[in-house]
Amino acid sequence: MSAVAPVTLAEIRKGLAWRKQLDKVFVIVGLLILLLCLGLLAVLFLDLVIQGAPRFGWDFFTSFPSRKAERAGILSPMVGTTLIMLVTVLAALPVGVAAAIYLEEYAPKNWFTGIIEINVTNLAGVPSIVYGLLALGLFVYQFDFGQSILSAGLTLALLILPIVIVATRESLRSVPKAIREAAYGLGATRWEVTKDHVLPYSTGGILTGLILGLSRAIGETAPIITIGALSFIAFLPPSPVTGEFPFLNFEWLKSEFTAMPIQMFNWISRPDQAFQVNAAAAGAILLGMSLAMNAVAIWIRYRFRKKINW
Amino acid sequence: MSQSTAVRSPSAFSSLGYRKGRDRVIELFLLAAGLVAVFTTVAIVFILFYESSFFFEHVSIKDFLTDTMWTPLFADARYGIMPLVAGTLTVTGVALLVAIPLGTIIAIYLSEFAPHQVRETVKPILELLGAVPTVVYGYFALLIVTPALQKIFPELPGFNMLSAGLVIGLMIVPYVASVSEDAMRAVPRYMREGSYAMGATRLQTALKVVVPGAFSGLAAAYILGISRAVGETMVVAIAAGMQPNLTFNPTEPAATITAYIVQVSLGDLPHDSVGYQSIFAAGLVLMLMTLVFNVIGFFLTRKFREAY
Repeated sequence: MSAVAPVTLAEIRKGLAWRKQLDKVFVIVGLLILLLCLGLLAVLFLDLVIQGAPRFGWDFFTSFPSRKAERAGILSPMVGTTLIMLVTVLAALPVGVAAAIYLEEYAPKNWFTGIIEINVTNLAGVPSIVYGLLALGLFVYQFDFGQSILSAGLTLALLILPIVIVATRESLRSVPKAIREAAYGLGATRWEVTKDHVLPYSTGGILTGLILGLSRAIGETAPIITIGALSFIAFLPPSPVTGEFPFLNFEWLKSEFTAMPIQMFNWISRPDQAFQVNAAAAGAILLGMSLAMNAVAIWIRYRFRKKINW
Repeated sequence: MSQSTAVRSPSAFSSLGYRKGRDRVIELFLLAAGLVAVFTTVAIVFILFYESSFFFEHVSIKDFLTDTMWTPLFADARYGIMPLVAGTLTVTGVALLVAIPLGTIIAIYLSEFAPHQVRETVKPILELLGAVPTVVYGYFALLIVTPALQKIFPELPGFNMLSAGLVIGLMIVPYVASVSEDAMRAVPRYMREGSYAMGATRLQTALKVVVPGAFSGLAAAYILGISRAVGETMVVAIAAGMQPNLTFNPTEPAATITAYIVQVSLGDLPHDSVGYQSIFAAGLVLMLMTLVFNVIGFFLTRKFREAY
């Protein structure tokens, strides 16, 4: 430093002006790149909606897939997706919340808890198609659930389990310690504290996490293809609700299925232009569903946050 | 929340012994739920090894690693994983060339330059984009990006790794940007103030103080991006073609590991055929590749971690 020839004030001013100029250039470049990326995505999404627009109509929702593009619809994929999501919620919600309660409220700080925590973090990074292979080996062949709605729902439940666990833990952690201590002070056991005081305050966060997880699961294609979803199904699974006692029917769990993203994939892969319009329409609906779920999750988070004043 | 505990009349069921016993039982249930995560990891490793063990009874590990052809579905079956690995690496490389520079610049802009209002608007949008189904991105790659690229490069084939890689890159930009921005925001304020006090401008502070300070977080963001690109399935299955091809040239069509798994799953091979079992061997390689990147990431993060 000291070996450098003395710098005049004018040179410093010039350097500073140059560096400030660079600042301004970067602001513009940064903003442009941000707008470019978001703009590009917006154009793509808009194009999807415009391409699919001719197919939006009642018929599209009430028709089965067909060999004729203009008569094909998304009835069976919609029903399939709905039933799969039902299984996913029923499996992921209790297991995810219970695991989170264990890790946050019960678990001692030791190596064993550490292993569970590392597992949850790592599972979030496993590629979704690997879950598909797991499900193929485990649910379809070892447990013999077949290529069914049950297998698909359980696969997606495993896939979103880390999301539900992490969201629930964050939500439990945000409940102040004082609430727990007050309940303990009155003689409540740990479970009573959790069930009567901590969980009610965490409902918003848990629901948000669950819906975010479902919005991811609804668009997952690869794991469902791996366990053997069919792309051409022109029938509906047996109805879960029946007219006779005991009014519930579990045959649908074993039924073969298709789902929205599978149907879209199938239509994209066909060379016929007319099917690509169907693909765009199905994609726009799928996109709409997953964005709507996110919006609901954000809204719930906002509502619950407003209601709670510690 | 509920007052039932307080007003319940004393009975056998509210005795302390009963309540404590019930607590123990419930704790065991909760522990069992926690173990589902451990069980899942064990099951993934077990299934991949167990199912691919049948595959390796037919194919030697040496052939698997050194053969340059992957044609399990042909009569003259060859089982060299290299073409699939090359396809996966090429697509990932193209995706990262898009995602890392763009994601990092957006993150620096949002964290250091953007007005509060802009950041508060853009951050939720970035997170929202993470929920877009990847099959939708596959549609973009095949039916919008490839035709657009063909106008510039007329000899580009209809299926190519370039368009799949570009779309995957665009897909993970929001993700890389969001995680990197979090890392940069975690650099304490006083470090920036120290830099300003020495006469540095915002850009100098951002590049010379904030980025090095957040490097471990940035490395984590990049590794997460790589993992997503390596494991991405639908975009490549739709847009990059299903033909294994030992090349690193992105303008050619080639299958990736994930696309191959989809291709076999869509067909109707019997479960006990070698072709079918090959998808578990392919899955094992995919898993090991993600593992390697994550281990590299772990050590990078540890080496460059700055404690404040």
